Amino acid sequence: MARIAGIDLPKNKRGVIALTYIYGIGDTTAAKILTTAGVDLSKKVKDWDDDEVNAIRNTINNEYKVEGALRSEVQLSIKRLMDIGSYRGVRHRKGLPVRGQQTQSNARTRKGRKKTVAGKKKAPKG
Amino acid sequence: MSRSIKKGPYIDHNLAGKVESMNASGKRTVIKTWSRRSTISPDFVGHTFAVHNGNKFIPVYVTENMVGHKLGEFSPTRNFKGHSGNR
Repeated sequence: MARIAGIDLPKNKRGVIALTYIYGIGDTTAAKILTTAGVDLSKKVKDWDDDEVNAIRNTINNEYKVEGALRSEVQLSIKRLMDIGSYRGVRHRKGLPVRGQQTQSNARTRKGRKKTVAGKKKAPKG
Repeated sequence: MSRSIKKGPYIDHNLAGKVESMNASGKRTVIKTWSRRSTISPDFVGHTFAVHNGNKFIPVYVTENMVGHKLGEFSPTRNFKGHSGNR
């Protein structure tokens, strides 16, 4: 059982894919980690021996910010934007899209589920 | 896409000059500016700018954290007070 950065990796997947289960590691980073650790990319997680697991763990510890540390860094950056009162910070505070997307329609990911307003006229059909 | 590093941060000439002369003389006055597109450089820290938002001037006190942002980011151009029913 390979447990890296507090995450149980899926046993039956290839190393490159399994590493992407860790927050902060995507396809590219996973491939880079395995290359530096000297493990074959296509080797399944259950076939890793202890040395390989340790090598992978060390590369991640030394070179990458993952999971909790990364999450808190992201939160801090958002908090900084809010504290200095910049436009992006204000958008975060209001829960609206930050990067200039339209909000007259859509933007439901940021705005959450529709809030129905009583008495709002609907466009006539047809 | 971000601006090329080779060029350095963009700051309007007249604004940079004003800040420089204020730093040299040690005076602290509010600088009125329309240059929302200017990047805030470390020299600006501690000064107050009155940044135009198209309607009036919004006072912006520059702190260390704001370095690297543009002046316009701190002077909102739209002021949404809420829909009439919600008041």
